[in-house]
Amino acid sequence: MREPILAIQNLKAGVEGRLILKGINLTIYPGEVHAIMGPNGSGKSTLASVLAGRDRYSVNAGEVIFGRKDLLALAPEERAREGVFLAFQYPVEIPGVNSTYFLKTACNEVRKQRGLPELDAVEFLGFVKERVKLLELKEDLLKRSVNEGFSGGEKKRNEIFQMAVLEPKLAILDETDSGLDIDALKIVAQGVNALKRADNAQLVITHYQRLLDFIVPDFVHVLCEGRIVKSGGKELALELEQKGYEEIIEQTTLAI
Amino acid sequence: MNAIETKSGVAGISGPSNPASNTEPMWLSQARENAIARFKNAGIPTLRDENWRFTNVAPLADFEFEPSERSDWRGVSKAALRNLPFAGIPGSKLVFIDAIFTPELSCLPPASASGVKAMNLVAALTTQAGLVKKHLFEHADAGKNAFAALNGGYFQDGAFIHVAANSVADLIQLIFVSTKGDGETTHPRNLIVAERGSRLTVLENFVSLGEAAHLTNSVTEIVAGESAVVEHLKFQAENPNAFHIATLTAHCGRASNVTAHSFALGAKLSRTNIYANLAGEGVECVLNGLYLTRGSQLADHFMIVNHVAPRCASHEYFNGILSEESKGVFHGRIHVHPGAQKTDAKQTNKNLLLSERAAVDAKPQLEIYADDVKCTHGATIGQLNDEAVFYLRSRGVPLEKARRMLVHAFAGEIINRVRCSPVREELDRLVWRQLEEAEKTK
Repeated sequence: MREPILAIQNLKAGVEGRLILKGINLTIYPGEVHAIMGPNGSGKSTLASVLAGRDRYSVNAGEVIFGRKDLLALAPEERAREGVFLAFQYPVEIPGVNSTYFLKTACNEVRKQRGLPELDAVEFLGFVKERVKLLELKEDLLKRSVNEGFSGGEKKRNEIFQMAVLEPKLAILDETDSGLDIDALKIVAQGVNALKRADNAQLVITHYQRLLDFIVPDFVHVLCEGRIVKSGGKELALELEQKGYEEIIEQTTLAI
Repeated sequence: MNAIETKSGVAGISGPSNPASNTEPMWLSQARENAIARFKNAGIPTLRDENWRFTNVAPLADFEFEPSERSDWRGVSKAALRNLPFAGIPGSKLVFIDAIFTPELSCLPPASASGVKAMNLVAALTTQAGLVKKHLFEHADAGKNAFAALNGGYFQDGAFIHVAANSVADLIQLIFVSTKGDGETTHPRNLIVAERGSRLTVLENFVSLGEAAHLTNSVTEIVAGESAVVEHLKFQAENPNAFHIATLTAHCGRASNVTAHSFALGAKLSRTNIYANLAGEGVECVLNGLYLTRGSQLADHFMIVNHVAPRCASHEYFNGILSEESKGVFHGRIHVHPGAQKTDAKQTNKNLLLSERAAVDAKPQLEIYADDVKCTHGATIGQLNDEAVFYLRSRGVPLEKARRMLVHAFAGEIINRVRCSPVREELDRLVWRQLEEAEKTK
């Protein structure tokens, strides 16, 4: 039997005493691309944050198995080393922390976990130069502080670039399309597609169908008020685009 | 004022009896006497003194201020000096053990170095008598600063640096090693003169050997001539029981560019007074400092920038990183005198509290008597940015290292302003090492 990369069961979680996720069930197998769509406030970003281990969020019930590990028991850095990667919706600027130094540290932490030898500065630079082309990023961004003074598009491309360097088993893209023009969107999507392999998976969180023209999902889930109310193939995204969230949600709540 | 309360503290003071005084010129003996009189009159400051509200120097009342017999410097080996910060950077080094010049451990600039004189002040009193007399005591505001007055009365030795007009002096290191015991004091004094159009980089490095609660009370006077470019660095890493009080005065001539950096890492209590006098038009003055404290350390920076002439710019940047129950004090006064139009004065003090028990007192002051000026100040006190910590962790960086990277970046804002690159790189290593050590002892 195939083993899932990620298995979420009855996950209930919230922030500051407010329950946002009200019982999420989701299983992702290797080689799959899942999209989670939903209106604002449906809990999309909360799900991404809980999976990445953001402190502010508390889990009230349920479990998340990643590989064979209890993901929720791990610190954020342990999750990253195990192969979880979150592409942030709003990547934070970190003045004074050099991009290359940061990424080399991160890369070697991940490699250590995988039993690979650490890369020295020269090896790392060679590796990075090849990856940076994938995202059509200017190399000099690597000499700057992390995200500092990057344009919105550069920040998003930088997220995918980091993903390319860290080679996660599960990449969670949290509204990576927001704020991107069509050209930047294509570059980001090409990058993500190039990183797709039979042994990894991608969870694409988005409000709009637009991104899914370029990153084609195997499954689409509609998230509403903290629950997945409908799941389907990639055609569900198109249906959502045509009918809007309200109609789909109405249908499903009526059905319930 | 506080004369009555502090009498006990001054009781041990007699007339000047410096070992060198027998050979000292009359004008200096007289100046010393006046300084002692001023110190006696002022007394050791108390918390009721506005300029000392946050820094309690009462423990100094029991100290012996008069310099004792010279300790045996032979106990200080060359090997011990090689382990000191910045020791690996080549160039001129003047070593002072307990404020006494130690030529055996020093490395003076070659006599052939054109236009650059670096020697000990006591020697300069004889060989550079005219220059010393012209500048010594001229700029240190001893009238209002009790410790500078005390230094004036008792200073032992220090460096004399003179850079002739349009000459260039590469990094000169002044190394002050204290081997003193509990309650003993050293009084180093430096006079630095950069003539018109000259360039100079000088580093004062204060360390102590041993763990005694000694006091260092230093004074440095800098005179920057027209269009001179001076970069002064002070690095203080005395032992965690020591008391360190330093006064730096910078007299900035027309269109000069004067930068004074202060890095306070050591001592139980440190107080750095910086008086910048922007006396000529078009001066650019930068005061840049970092205090990095832990345990029960206190680091106090007290600055007065006097904008006397028009069209001068002054920028103060001070960052503090405070762990455990340590304390930082920042006092910055910008005084814009009448007629100092087009002044551009900026003051920034940022503090990072790494513990709930750490504390900072920040006191910015603007006194403006001209109407066409730009003056800003800002002080912030905060913790590490949680979002940034999470971002780094989400990429696999362990929590402690993520925090250290961010603290290091915060220190880097200050370190990166150091122009002298070997010193900058060493500072970066030293600060990183101290952060790592702080983590291990937690």
